[in-house]
Amino acid sequence: MTWIWSNLDFIWDRTLDHLVLSVPPIILSFLIALPIGWLAHRFRLGRGFILISVGLLYAIPSLPLFVVLPAIVGTSGRDPLNLVIALTIYGVALMVRVVADGLASVDPDVRLSATAVGFSGWALFWQVQLPLAGPVLLAGLRVVAVSTVSLATVGAVIGVQSLGSLFTDGFQRGIEAEIVAGIVCTVLLALAFDGALVALGRLLMPWSRPARPTRSSAPLTPGPKALGAAVHGGEAAK
Amino acid sequence: MIEFRSVSKQFPDGTLAVDDFSLVLPSHKTTVLVGSSGSGKTTLLRMINRMVDPTGGAIEIDGVDIAGLEPVKLRRSIGYVMQNSGLLPHRTVVDNVATVPLLRGVPKKRARADALALLDTVGLERSLADRYPSQLSGGQQQRVGVARGLAVNPNILLMDEPFGAVDPIVRAELQQELIRLQRELGKTVVFVTHDVEEAFLLGDQVVILRQGGRVAQVGSPTEILASPADDFVASFVGADRGKRALHLESQGGRDILVDSEGRLAGVLTGGSRPGEADPVPGSGASAQGGDSR
Repeated sequence: MTWIWSNLDFIWDRTLDHLVLSVPPIILSFLIALPIGWLAHRFRLGRGFILISVGLLYAIPSLPLFVVLPAIVGTSGRDPLNLVIALTIYGVALMVRVVADGLASVDPDVRLSATAVGFSGWALFWQVQLPLAGPVLLAGLRVVAVSTVSLATVGAVIGVQSLGSLFTDGFQRGIEAEIVAGIVCTVLLALAFDGALVALGRLLMPWSRPARPTRSSAPLTPGPKALGAAVHGGEAAK
Repeated sequence: MIEFRSVSKQFPDGTLAVDDFSLVLPSHKTTVLVGSSGSGKTTLLRMINRMVDPTGGAIEIDGVDIAGLEPVKLRRSIGYVMQNSGLLPHRTVVDNVATVPLLRGVPKKRARADALALLDTVGLERSLADRYPSQLSGGQQQRVGVARGLAVNPNILLMDEPFGAVDPIVRAELQQELIRLQRELGKTVVFVTHDVEEAFLLGDQVVILRQGGRVAQVGSPTEILASPADDFVASFVGADRGKRALHLESQGGRDILVDSEGRLAGVLTGGSRPGEADPVPGSGASAQGGDSR
């Protein structure tokens, strides 16, 4: 306990490092997965191939990836960029399938009627399909966020400072409190990300909350499609 | 006026959905396409706004071949109402109604004001304007759908089984509402249904389709009931049975109408007995009450 009190600054700095390392991969993996997932959704024939090959990226063990990346990208061995790229790859691997599934979850009747009233292809994607895929995208993004925060700790092994540094340092010096502090802070940070995404979802998708009963009448149709519950809780330990 | 000229549609899998279909749909009238599934009625409807392109023949709107028109632009000029309303679940009622005007570049403020006025037109309270579709009843959603269809003040309104998914009481209400609206607005309505009752209620011109989009008979409801073209039509409209095949019986000095199963259908209150003046049997115009639906 005393270690924690006397090292609050150190813990706080590592938390900030961790935050800075985690945010870009989450945003990047979403942006990169969007067009790939759209392709997988749009072209039936390519779907299986795209989803499987992108999904396989997740199977690459992280340590060898850190070894190979500098050679491919041309970064130095201890550049935090290596970690950001690796985490983005894992994020994309998770997110592409989510995007494809999310677009597929849009009610075909809604798509049909949107086309019938005169949405062009471009407007249909941005104004109808993407927002309606939102709940599924959000569910997937929450998994990516939590998984990224957890994976970022590995950076400590290759000398990139993060909350993982509390594990490595704690092990080497035999300070249990430091390890525990690292674990607790990682979990708290993951929860904070998750909470922020949920709040963002509420803000951007007010329609996806369960319908309030109307006073005047009658049977309510069920709200938007149930979110991919299966994606939840799949925090990946790697 | 919408004109189909020898229109055919063969889908890539070989199905012939529509075969050599020709028809004139007069302006400001309601034309109802009625048939069972596989009769190509929805395909015909979707050809009018180029959701489906014919593989043969041509379709003209007011003398212009629509094959030469840009589909997205064409669709934005035609009202479209479908089953289950087809509303955008992520937009509020008022935004749904304003959808097409906004796509056409109408300023947001004006589009919303017009949309609110349209809610009045279709009999919805303005207090519903900021709800989402999932917060409305089926009947209310359908009314919003109609309001959206009218939003660009189109000459043509396409309605694809719009009342198919609501309960019978609400359906009857919506049908009456549509009749009222049509009296006020006089659109060229093309209405698709599989329900003969609905077709006869709403249609100025009724088109009875058989499999493969072939016309079995075209005419006013009265004409079709009075002289079905063939056995298929007669059986489809039920002219030979049930509550459509009525005959007169005298009971205590009054003429009562009895259907083919011996059930009381109503009392003859006006007009004249068949054989005396009006030679059209079963036109139904003077029979009242007794609808057992």
